[in-house]
Amino acid sequence: MEALLEILGELHPEIDFETHKSLIDDKILDSFDIITIIAEINDEYDVAIPAHEITPENFNSASALYELIERLKDED
Amino acid sequence: MLFTSYGFIFFLCVVIGLYYIIPKQFQWKLLLVSSFVFYYFSGWSNLIYISVTIVSTYFVGLKLDSLDRQQNLYLKENKEVLSREDKKAYKEKIKARRWRWLLLCLFFNLGILAVIKYTNFVIANINSIFTLFKLNELSFVNLLLPMGISFYTFQTMGYIIDVYRGKYGAEKNIGKLALFVSFFPQLIQGPISRYDDLSLSLYKEHNFDPKGFSFGFQRVLWGYFKKLVIADRIVIAVLEITKNPETYDGIFVLVGMVFYAIQLYADFTGGIDITIGIAQMLGIKVKENFNRPYFSKSIVEYWRRWHITMGTWFKDYIFYPLSVCKPMLNISKSSRKRFGEQIGKRVPVYLSTITVWFTTGIWHGSSWNFIVWGLLNGFVILVSQEFEPLYAKFHQKFNVRNTFGFRLFQVIRTFLLMSSLRILDCYRDVGISFRMFGSMFTKLNINELFTGSLLKLGLDISDYVVLLIGVIILISLSLVQRSGSVREKISGKPVIIRYTVFVLLFFSIIIFGAYGIGFDSNQFIYNQF
Repeated sequence: MEALLEILGELHPEIDFETHKSLIDDKILDSFDIITIIAEINDEYDVAIPAHEITPENFNSASALYELIERLKDED
Repeated sequence: MLFTSYGFIFFLCVVIGLYYIIPKQFQWKLLLVSSFVFYYFSGWSNLIYISVTIVSTYFVGLKLDSLDRQQNLYLKENKEVLSREDKKAYKEKIKARRWRWLLLCLFFNLGILAVIKYTNFVIANINSIFTLFKLNELSFVNLLLPMGISFYTFQTMGYIIDVYRGKYGAEKNIGKLALFVSFFPQLIQGPISRYDDLSLSLYKEHNFDPKGFSFGFQRVLWGYFKKLVIADRIVIAVLEITKNPETYDGIFVLVGMVFYAIQLYADFTGGIDITIGIAQMLGIKVKENFNRPYFSKSIVEYWRRWHITMGTWFKDYIFYPLSVCKPMLNISKSSRKRFGEQIGKRVPVYLSTITVWFTTGIWHGSSWNFIVWGLLNGFVILVSQEFEPLYAKFHQKFNVRNTFGFRLFQVIRTFLLMSSLRILDCYRDVGISFRMFGSMFTKLNINELFTGSLLKLGLDISDYVVLLIGVIILISLSLVQRSGSVREKISGKPVIIRYTVFVLLFFSIIIFGAYGIGFDSNQFIYNQF
């Protein structure tokens, strides 16, 4: 989780990603951020997030995103 | 059959009348037959194209489903005997087969669209190369573009990709799938609906709902008002300016640009209002396609609010899949190693953005002006993305972000920027478009507007008065809409006010609608895509 928070923090240092639960709904993360995050997650966790998993539910908070990473790791 | 023809009004009355008379279980079947009748009137050969798309998509959908079921059954039956690796290998095998079926379906249907829409464009480009080498030119082919093919092809592609992704199961009833693809109010100019959105209300049995019906009817009237009173009137001046670039340059390019922005908005949103209104009269919910786009404060925001269903389609089915596919991630990785973190991480974003905007451009039309228009949109988006840190610094220093003046500046800036890009759409020629754009700066003479020249564009003073009032109404309603539905607000007023608004709207279309000599009721701009 720490590595993920670091990835997110680099993109938007002004946001507290541990508490923020509406990153997409509040338009904090845009599509460019999402692509960058996915590329970095692929590097860090060796997990490929497929396009259909790019949903507000999965990207609204760091914890939801971490759950997605864990789920994709398990499926693998 | 144009929405603005008397034939269509008659057709619509018959369909709606029958819809609420027949037993409810036949309602969707009536809509299916009506949709095919409607499409037949745009050319019987179009029915063949759409039927081929429906049948191929239907069978591939079933095949994808059956492979999915086969996998689940196999894994369940052999749960005890298969190792983790065996299961993974089997899943990969089925995934590969499903992928091949998906590709077959996409290439087949996209192939139809590509051949019909782009063959002559390709031939024209080959010919211009042949001319350089003094070779014999190829002759053009005679292919008629079926109305709405870009819309229904994209809609079916979205459906089959979603079935492949397991978002929902394939539609088992070919009639229902055919209705989803061909639903007549949205067939020729969208919105590009998603199956899981539209199917909920499309196949349902509907009781007559007076409020929904009345709201739908009001929206249809509002759509006709925009189209017939505003778009079909202002188009005369737009055409006069853009068809005669040698006569009308300088300040007239600016006038044409602003007039075209009004025409396009009234035409396209008017058409969508008619679509959504008709659907609402039938009890069917079609997704909104606009959200007051001319109030956007940036080009990114504008594209979130203009032609929304197309934008989200490109995002979900091209931008994201391309950005996160394995080869792209590998490119991202290697470019980060090679060019450093800052440049490397931009590579997938840039490549995907350029691809999406190239596709958006060519989707709008098979000519270079649309491609350049699309790429320029992408370019502006990427540049503004790069300027983001600079904007942040500016806002840190000057606390103006939330002031009315600064917001107004942003809205006007975005409007002018988008209108400038649309010059390519107006003149339909890249060279002329850039020349005309340049003339706005080199030959700008505002005094020309006060010599009576505006009255030589095909519109007289009464037309300008009607247009001015029309645009004021458009802007006022958009402002009112920010705090909720205008129709809800009107419905809360006393009966006399409600009916006065209704009657005024109706008669303004009859009296001020652009009909008669010089005002040929025009096809909707987006019908040609």
